[in-house]
Amino acid sequence: MQLVIFYIFAAVLLFSATMVITAKNPVHAVLFLVLTFFNAAAIWLFAEAEFLGVALVLVYVGAVMVLFLFVVMMLDINVARMREGFARYLPLGAAVALVMILEMVLVVSAPDAPVPAAGEPLPDNNTRAIGSVLYTVYLYPFELAAGLLLVAIIAAILLTHRRRPGTRHQDPGKQVRVRKADRLRLVNLPREPKVAPAAAAEAQQQTETK
Amino acid sequence: MPMPDFSLALPELWVGAMACVILVADLFVPGKDRATSFYLSLFTLAVAAWLTLDTQWDARALTFSDMYVADKLGAVLKVAVYGLTALAFVYARGYLKSRDMLQGEYFVLGLFAVLGMMVMSSAHSLLTAYIGLELLSLCQYVLVAFNRDSRFGSEAAMKYFVLGSLASGMVLYGMSMIYGGAGSLDLAAVARAANADNMLFVFGLVFVLVGVTFKLGAVPFHMWIPDVYEGAPTPVALFIGTAPKVGALALFMRLIYEGLPLLQEHYQLMLAILAVLSLIVGNLFAVVQTNFKRLLGYSTVSHVGFILLGLLAGTDAGNGAALFYTITYALTAAGAFAVIILLSRRGFEADQVADLRGLFQRDSMAAWALLLIMFSMTGVPGTVGFYAKLVVLQAVVDAGLVWLAIIGVLFAVVGAFYYLRVLKAAFFEAPPEGAPALEASGSFRAVLAGNALAVLLLGIFPGALIATCIAAFA
Repeated sequence: MQLVIFYIFAAVLLFSATMVITAKNPVHAVLFLVLTFFNAAAIWLFAEAEFLGVALVLVYVGAVMVLFLFVVMMLDINVARMREGFARYLPLGAAVALVMILEMVLVVSAPDAPVPAAGEPLPDNNTRAIGSVLYTVYLYPFELAAGLLLVAIIAAILLTHRRRPGTRHQDPGKQVRVRKADRLRLVNLPREPKVAPAAAAEAQQQTETK
Repeated sequence: MPMPDFSLALPELWVGAMACVILVADLFVPGKDRATSFYLSLFTLAVAAWLTLDTQWDARALTFSDMYVADKLGAVLKVAVYGLTALAFVYARGYLKSRDMLQGEYFVLGLFAVLGMMVMSSAHSLLTAYIGLELLSLCQYVLVAFNRDSRFGSEAAMKYFVLGSLASGMVLYGMSMIYGGAGSLDLAAVARAANADNMLFVFGLVFVLVGVTFKLGAVPFHMWIPDVYEGAPTPVALFIGTAPKVGALALFMRLIYEGLPLLQEHYQLMLAILAVLSLIVGNLFAVVQTNFKRLLGYSTVSHVGFILLGLLAGTDAGNGAALFYTITYALTAAGAFAVIILLSRRGFEADQVADLRGLFQRDSMAAWALLLIMFSMTGVPGTVGFYAKLVVLQAVVDAGLVWLAIIGVLFAVVGAFYYLRVLKAAFFEAPPEGAPALEASGSFRAVLAGNALAVLLLGIFPGALIATCIAAFA
């Protein structure tokens, strides 16, 4: 029974993963990716790795993919142009993929390829088990992964952040430092010259008619 | 759970911490000079070299739950990486400054790439080896795209990113197979479990080897090299063409030479095929290049063929020879890119072979440096390239693979053709009309002269370096 359910989840996972890379609409692709993650989480739950399964749903499906969806929806992607040449390269790509799959199946299913049984069974409380090794046994790779993320942040800022000269923005420092002399200019205007007599008479006439 | 011995991994801690310090310090230093970041980076590398030699040279110890190994091989690889990276920083500064591209991030990303290579050099677990590889690769992709306004740079970065991700995926898949066979990520445990009869390990070996030779740039995984060299800013191409080769070699040593020792028979054949293909394709394609950077790219591919020849011998002498070849080739290639930087100016990338015309009349020192560098790449006796080829061929002959040595020599002769064509342009052709005076600073020229002299002196007195490289495996 468990095996049947596993195969169902695995089949849906493979199908949705294939749809991620073949879907015409990028939004559909992202939604299929969500489905893929969801099925992977279900399979992890089957393997009794509850913490990883829940983390996958919470972090990837809940947060990362939603952000992803936002970005994809904001991008103006020309679907037709992206798929240029897809049909042209499909036969070659499919042939290569087929050969690779066949070879992998041959190797992995060979009788002399004993896969050792998985080590000790997972402890019941695998959240605690992960917690007790993550910052001790795996301290070094954990910190390195943090460094990897830092590099990714630097890279993203370096490649996308730029100062455009034309954009209008406020500089609070400048706003605070501003003095009266910078903004207010007092000028001595010469006194108004005498109004010409003809114009003055006209003005008087107008006021009288009113 | 005992406390891990942090003092063994002092060089990594230092470089990682200083990269973060420079990242922050760079924000608070005004001006376009970036002198603080530059000198801090060089200081970081110098102290790291001292720390490495001090703590790891005579050590053979594991720490961080056996995920990190401190030994002589790691120390040699790391010091080579520091030296080559420092050279790349020094050459890059003037170029980037005159094009308004000098940003502190160049040095920060360079230092993180160094950290990635250090992690690979000291990897004692599949996990750390892979994270080190990713750290290096990510920095490289970004550095290629460093000039955001250049269409070629973005294109090259995109190609490199896609192909590199594919190679990373291959490595990871191979590692999963090895893990499946050994049941452990620890490389010592893998070495104990791996045997040549288990197809899982052979399968994993193939995929890991693909990733390693992709980073080195062996045929047929060389497609990115000419495009990246041509598209990336010259100092970045200089960096990518030098230190990461040592990093890739480190990955080979840790994952394959130490991790899968009983599979030597298998990988010897695979490497032989890759080496012959690299020698043929690299040399023949380099002959028809008119772009000097692409020419250097294909020449790298042919030199990778020689490095693989040393590796496939599978002996300590062969590995020492490959290490010697990699370090000295990287030193030589740095000089070749430096000549391009010297000749180029704002708005003009002197990346055609024709742009080298009349270099002798314009700047005789640079021309003599180019002469030494090209002679070394050809393998003329007296330069280090000759000695490097000699030790590699010796190791191959000692392993009983004379036919490979003959192919190596034959294609080294083909290589002479295009290297001499570069020299002909530099020495015997008139300079292009209206060429302005070269504007390189005095320190740049001094470093270039020192680089070329090192190529000559290491060729005459190679004893100390080759002894160190072989001792690293003892």
